[in-house]
Amino acid sequence: MYTQALSTTETDDRGLEDAAKAAQFQARIDAEERIEPNDWMPAAYRKTLTRQISQHAHSEIVGMLPEGNWITRAPSLRRKAALLAKVQDECGHGLYLYAAAETLGTSREELVDAMLAGKAKYSSIFNYPTLTWADIGIIGWLVDGAAIMNQIPLCRCSYGPYARAMIRVCKEESFHQRQGYEIVLTLCRGSDEQQAMAQEALNRWWWPVLMMFGPPDATSQHSDTSTKWKIKRFSNDELRQKFVDATVPQAQYLGLTIPDPGMIQDADGHWPYSEIDWTEFKQVLAGNGPCNRDRLAARGKAHDEGAWVREAAAAYAAKRARRQTAQAAE
Amino acid sequence: MATPNTPLWEVFIRSRNGLAHKHVGSLHASDTTMALQAARDIYTRRGEGLSIWVVPSTAITASDPAEKGMMFEPAESKIYRHPTFYEVPDEVGHM
Repeated sequence: MYTQALSTTETDDRGLEDAAKAAQFQARIDAEERIEPNDWMPAAYRKTLTRQISQHAHSEIVGMLPEGNWITRAPSLRRKAALLAKVQDECGHGLYLYAAAETLGTSREELVDAMLAGKAKYSSIFNYPTLTWADIGIIGWLVDGAAIMNQIPLCRCSYGPYARAMIRVCKEESFHQRQGYEIVLTLCRGSDEQQAMAQEALNRWWWPVLMMFGPPDATSQHSDTSTKWKIKRFSNDELRQKFVDATVPQAQYLGLTIPDPGMIQDADGHWPYSEIDWTEFKQVLAGNGPCNRDRLAARGKAHDEGAWVREAAAAYAAKRARRQTAQAAE
Repeated sequence: MATPNTPLWEVFIRSRNGLAHKHVGSLHASDTTMALQAARDIYTRRGEGLSIWVVPSTAITASDPAEKGMMFEPAESKIYRHPTFYEVPDEVGHM
């Protein structure tokens, strides 16, 4: 999930490369062929994808934190088992994506180190806190819903390993959205306090979720190259509108009010929404969201505290390898 | 300090008996035991398989896609290897 358009595309430097190869590459893309790891590709294509896929991977991993926050406090065993499975899935998604990114030539360790050092970004949405149990429902319903909207076109991305990872992710993500909607539905059928809790969570998450689709098309500088390379199939605004159109009726069914007064369906069936506060988006991306420092600190702590496990596993593997060599020599 | 690299493995899963193992992805692990366990956790969370193979990525020798023309040309030019190359009169029926 969560590639967001925080990935700005590299400038096209094909002029420096073999023009014939570049033309051939573009012809393959135009013919809807998939590009595989050992194929020739422009350096900017490689760089753009490495950044986009690794940001996507980091988002999956950091995305475990806001939800992990509620595992021990889930209201029932059923909810707890489901949430645990969902968080495990996010971890799995992160790993598929790191593996896809690595096929472009950067090791997972380098990618993770860049994230821990604050040099690589992840989706802005995970810098918001999960204050109540209703947030877990809203995340599944809306954050995962937005992610699915973003990821379905990525299943047809020109880069084979990324597209294949997305197919797996999308299959699993559908459970996430449904379990979220079920949580919100249960709250909405509950007491007045529970309904109010669901509404309050929706009020907090609505605008940050719309920001997940990235800056508006008018200001998004580099999507041209991504579109030309068929990494991106729809613009940020197109996907955002699709998401809003799908979500409004779901909210109506729940009896919840979208915190955007005066939304009226237009003649084409779309639900126009008000201006998004892009200053907030920029602030969160710049590291000044409510939880940026917490998230990075938590990832850093987990990484550091896991160092001895990695060392022990490597030492054990080395010892066994030495023993095998010694036995073979006998 | 840079995190040291952990070896890469390719994972193959047989989804049910009678089918071949199919490549599903890769993972990092320091040895075979951990690679198998990680493959179980990462690639079979929803009953996707009955059998797993893990192979060190370094053990795989791959053909060069840049030379695919030369590599696969011999097969392309031999249309007589396909049944449709041969003429059998309609009266003979399905063969």
